[in-house]
Amino acid sequence: MNKLPLIIKREYLAKVRNKSFVIMTFLSPILMVAMVVLIAYLTKINDGEKRIIGLLNESDYFTHEFLMSEGTSYVHFSDISLEAAKDSTANQGYYGLLYIPNGKDLEKVAEGSFLYTKDAPNTDVLDRLDGIFQQRLRQERLQKMGVSTTDFESIDSRFEINTATYDGDLNIKGINEIKAFIGGGFGYLIMMFIIIYGGFVMRSVIEEKTSRIIEVIISSVKPFELMLGKIIGTSLAGVTQFAIWIVSGGLLLIVAFAIFDIDPSSMNSGAAVGANFGPPIPTADQTLQIYAQELFKIPWAMLITFFLIYFILGYLIYSSIYAAIGAAVDNETDTQQFIFPIILPLMLAIYVGFFSVFSNPNGPIAVGFSLFPLTSPIVMLMRLPGGIGEGGVPIWELVTSILLLIITFIGIVWLAAKIYRVGILMYGKKPTYKELFRWLKY
Amino acid sequence: MNNILVTKEVTKRYGGHTALDKVSLEIPKNSIYGLLGPNGAGKTTLIRIINQITFPDQGEVYFDGELLKPQHIAMIGYLPEERGLYKSMKVGEQVLYLAQLKGLSKSEAQKRLKFWFERLEIGDWWNKKIQELSKGMAQKIQFIVTVLHEPKLLIFDEPFSGFDPINANIIKDEILRLKENGTSIIFSTHRMESVEELCEYIALIHRSEKILDGKLSDIKRAYKNNIYQVGLETDNGDMILKELADKFDISSSKYNIGEKQLDFTVQLPDSNSGSVLNYLSTKANINHFVETIPSASEIFIQTVQSKGIHE
Repeated sequence: MNKLPLIIKREYLAKVRNKSFVIMTFLSPILMVAMVVLIAYLTKINDGEKRIIGLLNESDYFTHEFLMSEGTSYVHFSDISLEAAKDSTANQGYYGLLYIPNGKDLEKVAEGSFLYTKDAPNTDVLDRLDGIFQQRLRQERLQKMGVSTTDFESIDSRFEINTATYDGDLNIKGINEIKAFIGGGFGYLIMMFIIIYGGFVMRSVIEEKTSRIIEVIISSVKPFELMLGKIIGTSLAGVTQFAIWIVSGGLLLIVAFAIFDIDPSSMNSGAAVGANFGPPIPTADQTLQIYAQELFKIPWAMLITFFLIYFILGYLIYSSIYAAIGAAVDNETDTQQFIFPIILPLMLAIYVGFFSVFSNPNGPIAVGFSLFPLTSPIVMLMRLPGGIGEGGVPIWELVTSILLLIITFIGIVWLAAKIYRVGILMYGKKPTYKELFRWLKY
Repeated sequence: MNNILVTKEVTKRYGGHTALDKVSLEIPKNSIYGLLGPNGAGKTTLIRIINQITFPDQGEVYFDGELLKPQHIAMIGYLPEERGLYKSMKVGEQVLYLAQLKGLSKSEAQKRLKFWFERLEIGDWWNKKIQELSKGMAQKIQFIVTVLHEPKLLIFDEPFSGFDPINANIIKDEILRLKENGTSIIFSTHRMESVEELCEYIALIHRSEKILDGKLSDIKRAYKNNIYQVGLETDNGDMILKELADKFDISSSKYNIGEKQLDFTVQLPDSNSGSVLNYLSTKANINHFVETIPSASEIFIQTVQSKGIHE
């Protein structure tokens, strides 16, 4: 194995010196940041847009309900016909015209009201107007029943049941999802890394085959050493690229936000709109604090340790399969039939993770997929933020999962090395699965 | 130990196909050994086994008296038929890398490379990328990579393919010089004229079996059929021909009366040509009396075809 460092060094240098690799390393964060900035900027423009709505109010029921709000202001028309008001709104370039007819009964008035716009109206605007009408209607109906608004508000309260573990630890709503998202983030990172850099490993093997250097090299080193060196060298190049992406992307993002004066938290403002009406809930600050506390409680050191374990094992398993595929074919176009079965378990892991593990991190599906070696690196990481032991992932599951992963790792690397050894010396053939199976016996 | 490499009943199977069937060879030290055979005969499999790229199912290989071990790789230089280099890597870096894979230290590799680059007059290629070189130029680089670690045994698989005649000659001279310096060489080829020129020993592999091996001169002797080309100066050629034809098998005879020149080919029953020569000398002036030695190419074709018919 004394030649392994030499191979790793060559593979690493060959990769990081490659022009397209260098370009992608520096261009990707710029593109990503440009995209984020563009989205943020567009959102800001969109938010900043003032809508003026013409209001032709013939009824007495609405007097001071239509107040100027952040995005909308109202221009009141009076003493003109509906048609004239419509023309006038259109000419002025207003967003639309809200017509409220006269009537004795508020229900009828509301029924008869119309919003006229050029195109189909924006849902934000509609929600706002709907809200105004709903509240006014409720007020009116309550009055008819003889209930005061304050009385009503005092009986209308939200309620959520408290949950706790047997130990008495309080659970917080949604924290499971947040934890799973953090784990999901790690899982997603693993998947992306496998797909991008596994492909690199495969192409590097194919390149050696098509340039016919392979026979020269394996008369000096063992095929297994070469394969391992390739995988490690390429992965290190990948880690380098990822690190550059994260650091430069982060810096660029900060710089860009400073230049364009964008507040990142404003991008979530859409979610808060729904909370405008209805009784008060704990303030956002309080909830945030609770969540923050809970996030600090997540055992990060443990999580990152296991991330590394699952990442390394999972990546090695998959990239050796990629290397075997690269060895089996003569050019990249022939790889398609083999690539899909590899990506399948990865996709499955992500989807199962998002649909099943989030809602039930310790359910049978989550347990099954976090034990199955081809999906465990992703699914187990989605479960781990919940902790280990009581209330989290039982220790036996974690141990079994890692053991299974190690056994599979050894088995797959062994099989892949066999296919690799035979495949790299086969030229001009597009192998079938049957042939690959035969190669295992050579 | 006079053999650098010995294989004993080496057998290799791929699935149901037998690539090598009990092949035993003895390759003497300090010689050029021609490994011949039609395409798909099993030559490449044998060479890969010697290089420990694949392993025999049965039989053993001995290198310099020892059972073949991974350490022997550093003592073998192999120029495969399917050869190439990393296209986007610079020449210098690449040869250094390959030399280090063979176990040379970086400084030692650099020293030796300098020598070889000067010798083959390619010093200014160091910083070029392989993709900028012609095929023949890349072949030269590969030749250097093969011999750089000064192996005891060199294996060349079709070393001259891709070379123009001038460069092929340069490489041929280098191969001969390496042999002079004590290296043993296995030379696998279809090109029979280079076999005649270079090889002292040959082995012929056909359909996974060794069907012939030994010293080339011995094989040729064994394959000669006592056929002689004869040229006589005589007035009565017709009579001589008639007398000879009664005793021997005469073919392609040609008598030019004006020039008094008689040429023919005669098949003698044994290698004792003296009596015939005596007889002829009393009848005519002998211009030439030459035994036909079969060429390596003829032996190759003859043996392969006869085997082909038998099976």
